[in-house]
Formats: sequence, C-alpha cells, structure tokens
Amino acid sequence: MIPGESPRPEGSPRPDPLQRADAAGSEVDAIVVGAGPAGSAAALELARNGHSVVLLERGPFPGSKNMYGGVIYGRILDTLVPKWWEEAPIQRWVTRRQTMMLSGDQALTIDYRSDRWGDPPYNGATAYRPDFDQWLADKAAEAGARVVCSTTATGLIHEGEQVVGVTTDRPGGELRAKVVIACDGANSFLAREAGLYENLDPANFTVGVKETIALPSEVIDARFGVRGDHGVDIEILGCTGGVPGGGFVYTNRDTVSVGLVLSLPELAKGDKRPEQLLHQMKQHAGIAPLVEGGEVREYSAHMIPEGGYEAMPELIGNGLLVAGDAASMCLAAGVWLEGVNFAIGSGAAAGRATHRAIQRGDTSAEGLEGYRTRLESSFVLSDHRKLREIPHLVMGDLAQTRLPGMACGVAEQFFHVDNPAPKPGLRRIIRSEMKTNGVRFRDLIRESVKAIRGFG
Amino acid sequence: MSGYSQISFETRMDSVEFRVGESAHITVDDTLCRDCSVRGCITACPANLFVPTSDGGIVFNYEQCFECGACSLACNTEGAIDWSYPEGGHGVVFHKT
Repeated sequence: MIPGESPRPEGSPRPDPLQRADAAGSEVDAIVVGAGPAGSAAALELARNGHSVVLLERGPFPGSKNMYGGVIYGRILDTLVPKWWEEAPIQRWVTRRQTMMLSGDQALTIDYRSDRWGDPPYNGATAYRPDFDQWLADKAAEAGARVVCSTTATGLIHEGEQVVGVTTDRPGGELRAKVVIACDGANSFLAREAGLYENLDPANFTVGVKETIALPSEVIDARFGVRGDHGVDIEILGCTGGVPGGGFVYTNRDTVSVGLVLSLPELAKGDKRPEQLLHQMKQHAGIAPLVEGGEVREYSAHMIPEGGYEAMPELIGNGLLVAGDAASMCLAAGVWLEGVNFAIGSGAAAGRATHRAIQRGDTSAEGLEGYRTRLESSFVLSDHRKLREIPHLVMGDLAQTRLPGMACGVAEQFFHVDNPAPKPGLRRIIRSEMKTNGVRFRDLIRESVKAIRGFG
Repeated sequence: MSGYSQISFETRMDSVEFRVGESAHITVDDTLCRDCSVRGCITACPANLFVPTSDGGIVFNYEQCFECGACSLACNTEGAIDWSYPEGGHGVVFHKT
C-alpha cells in the first residue's frame, strides 16, 4: 500500500507492493517489521542513506495497534527530524510533572512545573500514538521507504544460518532482504522464532489499560492548572489494589488519559480484573476530581515489556536486528516511564548499523555488531544498564504499598494540627509510621541503598 | 461487572474499533483448561475474552481482542492457548490512544 493511501475497501483485492518490490528480480536491502517508532526510525535512516527498504505494518495504518502510558521525550528526534516540534501531531507539551502516592483515602504529591518545558525545544509531549506513529512513518516514506500496511509478517526465511527475509500473510508474500529489522512490538514473534529470547518470563511483563476520557479543553486547563498547549503528566504509586504496578494520568488537548500498569503474573493470580482496578483508582479523592463527568472515548490495552536490561534478548542475529519493545527496551524505572524515545533511539541505531554492514558487504551477526556498540554508547543501553535493578525495586512490596502508606502517614501527622496537644517531633512521626506500615528500619536502609545505587 | 464499573463492560468495549477478520487468531484447547487450577487468562485478559463455563471448560471469543498477548504469556499450561496476530489489516484499530 502506497503511504497516504486509504485502507483498502473491504472485499477489494489487495494491491501487491511485495510483487513490485520483487519486480526487479532482486531482494531489497532491508525489511523493517512494524511501523511503530522503532521501525519508522530504522526505515528513515536506511532510506536516507539510499537503501531500498520495505516497512511492513500489520495494522491498516501505522500506529493503529499502538497505545502507551503517556509521554514522548523528543530529544532523540532532534537529529532525525530537525524542528520536529513544528510538525509532529502533539497534543500538549508537558510542563507539569507529578509523582503521586496514594494510600487509603490519602494522597501525597510531588509536583514540579516549569513553563520552559513549554517552549522549543521542549521536553516531553503527549500525543495519540496512531497520529504520532503515522507521522513518523510518513517521514520514512518521504525519504523513500516503502510502507506496506495491512500485512502481517508470519515468519523468517533462513538460508543456512542467515536470515534472508520474511514470509507474510499476503498470497505469495515472501520478501527477501539483506537484513531484517524486527520492530514487531512487545510480543516479537520474530525475535522469539529466531531464538533470541532465552526465556520469556511473564514476570517481565505488565498489562497496561487506559481510558481516554473526553473533557472540554477549558475544563482540563482549569482542573490541571495549565493553559494553552501546556499539559500535565502524573505517575501514581499505591493505586493498584495490591497488584504490583502503577498508574498514570495525563492530559491531551480535549481528553484526559487515565490508566494502570499491572504485573502480568500477579494479575493472572488475582480475583481483580484490570478495568475494576482502574475504576477503583478513578474513585480516589486524588484522582476523581480530575476525570469526573467525562465520557470514555476509547478504552485500550497493551502489554509492556518492563523487565529492562536483564530481560533483553540477544539483539543481533545473522541478518537480523531487534529494536524497541521487541527488544524489551521500555524503561519502567519508577519515576521514569519511557519507551517511545528508546524505540526511536534503538531503531535509528539499527538503521545506521545496517547501512554500514551493507556498505561493507557483511550482514552476518558479526557484521551487524555495530548495532550493539551504537546502543551502548547512547542512552538506550547505558540507561538500561545503569537502571537495571530499579524495575524489581519498584515492583517490590516496599515501594508498592508500604512506602506510599508511610509517606502519606508522615504527611498526615506532620500537617495535622492536634491542639491542644503539642506537635509531635518528626522523628517520632517517622518511627510510628514505619511501625504502622510494617516498614523495618533495616529494610528501609537496604532498599534505600539499592535505590541510591540503582539510580546511579 | 456493573457493580464495579461506572460504565458496563459492553459500553467500554463499544468505544473500541475492531475490524473483525474471518478466521480466529486465538484458539483454546479447553480440554487442557479443565485440569488448570490457575486459569490466569480469565483475569489477565483486558478484553475479558475468556469465560469459565459451569462444566469446568473455558469459552472464548477472538472478535474483541486487543492483541496484547497477555493470555498466552499468563497461561501456564503448555499448548492450551494458541495466540498469534490476526490477518493483516484486521483486528483492533486504535485512534485516541
């Protein structure tokens, strides 16, 4: 399907760009599977360097299968698309960033704001992924990549040890290339098929659910204390009804997105369903006034590879690279929840490494080794390596329930005026809240040391 | 479900576009489910596609699948759930996500 072309009408025969790609009787340089941010960044780099590249997307348009938990950090785009902020389909620029801890009926929030984040070159932005991903895929198409939608890659084609292409669900839909870049998302069937994942532990995955709630933009401005195209992102702890995970609320222009991220194995064990837990969070006094009265415009869900560095597969095979969620590159490190930037960073690195490998005529795993070097010298692997302990820490019981409970309890006692009784000392408050929340001193010290070490 | 949610589960799912294909991309061998004590798929599936039957089996439908993959990862009985992507161009289509 030619980019920009509308999805084919039901029942009409599919146009066959795969045939056209093969028409010259030769393979293309690269096939990128998945037109999310990783895939489009890879295809963009390759096309710009003059390579023939097919970008396969199983959805009817890029981004149609994608949802997320809210913020795109754009610095990685600066080199790929200069002044991207003038054209990218952004909902709001995040100028206010909050971390909220909930316990019982209590809420304690750390609230940072800076209007500087609302001016170029900006920091974080909210966007609808179907809009954003399509925009980035269009960039790749403009550079010369052939974007083929409504086409599922069903497997890898091997010649000996070398991956030489993919099979698709189109009739006769085999496509050959020097390199295949798997950007096929959290479930990466291609990376699994290639044996790059040693073990797939459900504990490394969370289920994300989200409601997009319609509210007039003036109401959003008033409720969240922002104006114009400025917006808010709130990360929430202690809101998941005992299932390890976290929550989020963020603003779009005329919708608010509210969601939860829930440990997959714990969710599978429990008797609570995701939408029930989401409803519970929305009832909390800290959240309810932000979202009430709005109509649910769209419900969505996705799986998130949260395991970080330790959960990553082998990133390189013979003729095969893995990037983005397919390589477990989502960063879920408590206060940092990032994914789109890691996808773009890894996709672009895969594109560049593939370009060099093709130039040198060696697309074996060895020839593609530049991918790892590039990732290691960038934030993609250095952040993940540095923060590799944090995902476990955040999903631990201390961070999940006891810490929010203790923080809220300390705040309550500290700010509660109990005249004629004199104010209790801070030390006594902390000690009593530790006891109430079952936090032992040595656990607190141990976890704090881990956190300090883990956050580098 | 209505005891828990402001909106019914049906209303919730009605907000999502699904371009349903003709062939199922999920199959469940529910003879295996009868011996499963965990049945993680039932709570883990955000679309609530797996429903236990009174005779110990599991019925499912594939039409309103978010394609997240949670069911097949959560399933601890080898071979009980066979899940793949639907045919290209079909399945869930997100818009404001």
